[in-house]
This record gives sequence, C-alpha cells and structure tokens, in this order.
Amino acid sequence: MKEGGKSAVRRLPLTGLRLAPSQVWGSIRLVPVLRDDIPGDLRITRRSYDEDAGVVSLQGGLMEPGLHYASYVPHGLVVDWDDKGAAVTPETRLRKPEGKEGKSLKHGPFSSTRVLHRMVHREDKHRLRLLPMHLTMEGFLALYFGGPQVAWSEYSQEALSQGLNPRSEWAYSGWASAAFAEALRIFELHERQVGMLIFQADAMLSCAIVSHPEDYRALHRALLEDFYGDLLVQYGFLGDVPVLGLGVEDARVNSMKDLRAAVERMRTDWADFMGFMAEGVIGAEVVTSPVYEAGPFHLQRFITGLSPAEENHMGEAILRGDGTVEYLKTYRLSAAQTRRAYLLKQLAQGGWSLERTAEQLKTTRDELIVRLRNAGFGYLLKEHVLKAAETRLTRR
Amino acid sequence: MKGEPPMDIAGARAEQVAREDLVMFVNACFSCTGQREFYNDGRGQAVSIEFLHAYILGNYRRLYTRTLAAGINHFNQAQIILNLLASGKQTPSADRHEEGALIAAALRALPPQRAYRVLDVLRERRINNRRSRAIVREFLNGRADLHFDAVKYRSKLRAAVAHGHLKLPGELNPFLFHGWRKRVFQAPLLETFRRAHYDASALFELPYTVAEGLAAKHQLPRDVFLKKIEPRLTAAERLRLQGSATRAQGAIALDLGRTPLTRLALYVLSLPLEVRQERLTELHTALERAAVNSLRRASVPLGRVAAVLDNSYSASGSSEKRRRPLGVALAAHYLLAATAREYRAFWMHPPEHPLLSRARGQTDLASPLLNALDWMPELVVVVSDGYDNDPPNAVAEVTRLFRTKLDPARRTTIIHANPVFASELYAPRGIGTHVPTVGVRDAEDLPTVLGFARFAEGASPLAELEDYLAARVRRMLEHAPQGHTGTEPPEESLDEEVA
Repeated sequence: MKEGGKSAVRRLPLTGLRLAPSQVWGSIRLVPVLRDDIPGDLRITRRSYDEDAGVVSLQGGLMEPGLHYASYVPHGLVVDWDDKGAAVTPETRLRKPEGKEGKSLKHGPFSSTRVLHRMVHREDKHRLRLLPMHLTMEGFLALYFGGPQVAWSEYSQEALSQGLNPRSEWAYSGWASAAFAEALRIFELHERQVGMLIFQADAMLSCAIVSHPEDYRALHRALLEDFYGDLLVQYGFLGDVPVLGLGVEDARVNSMKDLRAAVERMRTDWADFMGFMAEGVIGAEVVTSPVYEAGPFHLQRFITGLSPAEENHMGEAILRGDGTVEYLKTYRLSAAQTRRAYLLKQLAQGGWSLERTAEQLKTTRDELIVRLRNAGFGYLLKEHVLKAAETRLTRR
Repeated sequence: MKGEPPMDIAGARAEQVAREDLVMFVNACFSCTGQREFYNDGRGQAVSIEFLHAYILGNYRRLYTRTLAAGINHFNQAQIILNLLASGKQTPSADRHEEGALIAAALRALPPQRAYRVLDVLRERRINNRRSRAIVREFLNGRADLHFDAVKYRSKLRAAVAHGHLKLPGELNPFLFHGWRKRVFQAPLLETFRRAHYDASALFELPYTVAEGLAAKHQLPRDVFLKKIEPRLTAAERLRLQGSATRAQGAIALDLGRTPLTRLALYVLSLPLEVRQERLTELHTALERAAVNSLRRASVPLGRVAAVLDNSYSASGSSEKRRRPLGVALAAHYLLAATAREYRAFWMHPPEHPLLSRARGQTDLASPLLNALDWMPELVVVVSDGYDNDPPNAVAEVTRLFRTKLDPARRTTIIHANPVFASELYAPRGIGTHVPTVGVRDAEDLPTVLGFARFAEGASPLAELEDYLAARVRRMLEHAPQGHTGTEPPEESLDEEVA
C-alpha cells in the first residue's frame, strides 16, 4: 500500500496554461490546451510495447513472486528532464531500441506478454519511464487494498487473509469510439498546443497535457491507446453536440477596431467557458500522493473527493516546483467505480466495522451489506451473513 | 407583397427555388469529384453528388444540360453526359438538337482517358440507344489518331466498338478483336505494338503506359527503361514520375513552363521543404509564368485585390486529394497576383515565402480577413474549406457585421471560393450568409467562378442565370473543334487526374 501519511489535499489549477476554442466532431468536443512559456527542460516521448498484455511487478525483482499489476499496456512514457533548467534532447531510438525494456514472454494465455519492472522506473540519471494511466489505475486499485485490519466476524476467510486481492476494474480504450478516432484525425493542432481536454457529449472525459508542443504533436494519436471510462461508449451513441458559436452584439461594433476587439472577446469568452466546463478537474480539490521526486519536478497521482453525487476523476501529474502543470493525464471514474471506491473509503474510515460504517452512512447494517454486494464486494463477506441480511430485508 | 395575387407569390417562390437549386448544383459541379475529402469520406461524397444529379436532371433538364458549358470539372461533365444519354427519351423535341450538340462537344473536350471511360460506362450501364451510338461514332470519327487510341486505350476502345457494333477503318477491327498475334500489320504503330511483344527495342516507340507493362514482360531494369522512354513521356507523366525517377537515379527533364497552374502548385507542394527552398526562384518563376498562361484562356482584369488564404491543417486534403485545398490556395495566390492591379495575400499562418507554406495549425479565418479588410481592397477573395474553429463562428460574424454595419454600400466585395465539397450540405461549406460561396476545383476556374458568384449571392433573378448559361452554351458550341483536324497532339490532357 502506497497511500499513507504523505498524501495531501490540494487544488489543481492550470497554472501557465490557457485554453483555446473547442473543435467538435459528432459528439466529441476537443479543447486545445496551449502553453506560452516552454523552457524545454522536461520532455516526454512515447515508447510502444507491441505485446498483448503487460504485467508490472510492483514489489521485488522482475520475475520474482510478489504483487503484480496486469493489464493491456500499449505504451509507456519516457520522461527526460534537466534539473538546472537547460533544454534537454528527448530520448532517441538510436540510444535504446524501442520496446526492449523488461522481459517479453512468448507463452501463457496471451500470445505475448511483457513483464515490466515497477510503474515508474528510473532508467538513467535524468530519465524516468512511467506507464501512463496505469500508474493511476494501480493507485486506485490499491486504495484500501489490504481489507479489514480487525478480524470482524462477518468477513470471509479470504478477505481476512488476502484483502481485496485480486481487485479488478475495466475501462475502454480510445479505439472503442470511431467518432473519437475521427475527431483526433481531423483535429487541427495549434502551434503552441501541449494538451487537450476531451469531452464526450459535453461530459468531461479526460485531460491530457504534456510539457512541450512537439511532444504533444507526437503523442496526439497515441491518445487513442489510452483508456477511458464508460462514458466514451455510453454517450457514443448520442448525436452531435452543438458547435456553440458565440455571436457579437451589433450595437457594439461601429468600426473595424470594434470588430477586431469583438473577435478577441469571443476568444477569451471561449477559454472561460471551457474552463467552466472542465471544473471537475481543473481547480478541483484532489487528494494527491507523491510518487517520484525528480529534481524540481514532482510526479504524483491524485483522486478527487469520491463523492457519489459529483463527477470524479483520478489521474497523474508532474508539477514543477512553482506549481506549473508539466504533465497531466486524468481518467473519469464511472458511477459504479465511484460507488465502489466510496464504499471502501467509508469502510476504511469506519475501521471496517459494519455497524459503525452503517451509522456513518445513516443506514442500517443489513442495507449496507446489500449495498456492498450490489457494488460487487459480496466476496468480502461470509455467505451466511449475506444471506441473513438479504432475507431480513425482503421479509420486512 | 400586399394585394398581389397568390399565384405570383407561388411563382416567385418557385423561381427562387429553381435558382437556388441550380446555384447549388453548379457549385457542386465545380468542387465535387466523388473522392474523399478531409472531413468527408468518398462514399458520402458519391451519394451526395449522385442525388444532386438525379434531382436536377429530373426537374430542370434543359439547365442540367447547359451546365455542361459552365466550365465545371471533368468528373461532373462525364456524369452529366452519361445521365443525359441514359434518359434520352425524356428530352423535349425542341431541345433535342442542342442537347446532342452539347454532349458531343463536351465529350470531345474531355481528356481522352475520361472520354473513353464514359464509353466504357455506357456499356456497363447498358445504354445503347440510337443517339448514344451516333455520339460514340461521331466521337471516334473525331479522334486524331485512332491507331494510337487502339494501342493506348485498347480494352476501352474495343468495348465501345463491340457495344455499338461499329466498323472501324483499316486494320483496327482485326487488331482489336483478333489480337496482335494473328498477322503482320501495315499501320506502323500497330506493327510496333506487335513487335514489342517479342523485341524489347521496339518498346520505346510506344506510349509510356503501354510500354511500362511490356517492359516488365521483358524484365527491363527500371532505370534503363525510364531513361530510354523519356522522349515519349507526356507532360503529366513527366510530372508524375519525378519522384520515382529521382529514386532510380535518372532525373527526367521537366518543362515547368507547360504545366497548368494548379497542377504545378500541387507538384511544388509535394516537394520537401529543403528542395523548395533550394529551387525557390526557379519554382517561383515557373508558377508566375503558369499564372500568366492560364490567364490567356480567360481573364478578368481586377483592381485592388486581397486574397485570404487558408493553410490550416485541413488544407492538407485527403489521401485521394492530397494537399489540393492548399494547392488551390497557392495557385490562386499567383493567379490573383498576375491579374490584379494591386495585390496582397493574407495567409492564415503567414509562411516565410508562399512557396514554403505547409498545411498546419488551427483555422483562424477571422484574423487574416480582418487584416485584409483593413487594407480596404475592392475585392477580397477568401480561399478556404469553410471550416472555422478559432473561435468558431467568428468569420461568419465578421462578414455579417462588415456587410450590414461597416460597409453597407459594398465598396468592398467579398467572395469565398471553396475547393471542398461538403457532402452533408450538398454544397461547399460557406462562411456566413452574407458572402457568396462558390466551388472551385482548380485556381484556373477563378475567373469563371468570379463571374458566377453574383448568382450565388442570390440577388440576380433566374432569367439572368439562364441567359448566362445560354451564352456559355453558344460560345462552347461555336468554339467546339469540328473533328478530323489532325492537329491535336496524341497525348493525354494535363488538366485532370486519372479517375
């Protein structure tokens, strides 16, 4: 478990970044994120893995037993930085052939599997390899991973000895939505663009920001390989979202100068409006936990408050010492995922005591048990406890 | 409208609908080629344009026919010819003569590969009425060198002859139907073709496309073949082979001065930036010359002209029309510069030199348009695909306010020329309702299209549009080559890509 005393509550403002008007294709709205000050001392490049599955060893050595994270991992990101603030050259293929990292296995249930060492792996003095989104997802899975610390009598033997092991979540890859693929293809990149806010049916889906425009240009299409929540598919069948053309008030324009000013105003109105649409992440309060310190840069992952009534995002970010966002990738939790995380959080706060947690939630013990089962945590409880609660509830 | 009888209102409305339909159709015929575009796929384009053709043919047959003379692109000319021939029965007897003459003239003016394709489709669609046969016969009679056609378009010519039960003069029928194996031919070209099957040295007297297949049969190395066939290359083939010839270490002499403007612009844009930089003066002069040449065909002297040119990412076109919107913009730049008394270009992302422009970045059409209007020109020509995303709707607002509040007296004319057909709109996408949008395929169409723009604006009545088309029909029929001239060079036209 990596969560602990080091985590802190903070806000994520987009310092040093600004938003441009969105570009719309079908139900997808893409909002460019621009950066004016580009020092070039942090560069991010993509390293693709051509394997069907990836296994990341989280504890111990590469092929040793221990905690593992298994998923489809299409690519990793290589971060090069300079702590003196000088411009760096990003990783080139000449020095290290792509995809030669870790160990590739040609047996097992998949035709090929890559075994990787750690989510974040330091490869050189100033080079870090991280697995985008997976870093976040692993953190999310590990939330209250250990299960009950007190051996309450309701919990199954398995839950007491292994915790929530193995816990699994699933997500959609960007390929799942043809509209998203098309929207990325026809998107017109800005000269100083370093990122993008992705909306589906005007619901904030994800946010991807890097440090350098050239890196973003190279990574633009790779956004398709990242994973997204249910909304991508769920709202994918909806029709088009409006282009949202703003107008100009006739009375305010009496000269060419006024006209020019009006267009400028349209532009700023856009940025403000898009910022307002993305409030779920930008400027929202998040719980962050540090992952890696690299000179002036702090790699951390975060998750929002997990309130079931609000939109919840988790993600990872690299922040410069002064708070500038150099790298950001977020994932929107589905309603079910939020519910599960919320319940686990409540259980952990209640010391895994069903009575105390039910009291916190202002409900009864039986109802909490049924809620746990509905959320997919039935395996945590003893069979007869579950049955008894169900019968008592139906009899009433 | 108070007091007028309702019949007139209905009549006026019908006239307006007819005018809008026709303007839409002619616009589509300038820009659409049924190929995929940056924003639309090929299938959607084909469905959209097919519908337009069927609709206009069914409702306004005479005007549909006359569109052949409006200077529209070859793809749509071919479609119109086919649709007219397929539905000959519906022609009113009064129009029969004009329709036949227009079809014949248009077919003859098409590049040969396109014309032969039309004959081929006649067979595919089983169109074989008396008029079609007569038109095919007349077309073949008018060809300068049927022996050349028999070698170069062998299967298509054979199909047309078989389909129409035609008897060609001399050895052509035996050549087409019994094959080259049967006999020794008296006609030199047919004999060369026969010999080339056995003797590699005879190959180099054949047209390039024919020789290419036979070269593979004789296993000639590519560079040797290209070197020896060079004198036989047409200008379009030279242009097409530039890249592969450089790779094969044998540069092909290219006379840039003979290449049409838009073609040349597209060729220049296909070169890597460093090459463009190196040959900057040479390419620049060639484009200037091509612009002057194309103005010789149709010219409108213009006063103070500003061009707003879109080189955003979407100008990169599609895999089928690579960089065409950007190519049209670049060609329009040279064309307008050559014809205007005073000229200034306002690129969306100003390049170091127009020749070095690339399709990149977002579409902020409003800013260059504002800059252009500040210069107070008489005419602003906007060349863009009509998409505007930074901020969206800005250019529509700018044109609306400029037209309604800042320049209601219309000292400045704004015209939007769009090289991209938006299949969902059945028309090229516009930039607001206050600016006429006209479709263009080549920058060379600009003079024609500027004349057509007043109809797109919606102010001129239908009668004027009908007169305009009638005048163009008269001119086309007067200037139509009468066949048997024998002066036409036996080479494919440069104007069109092979479909």
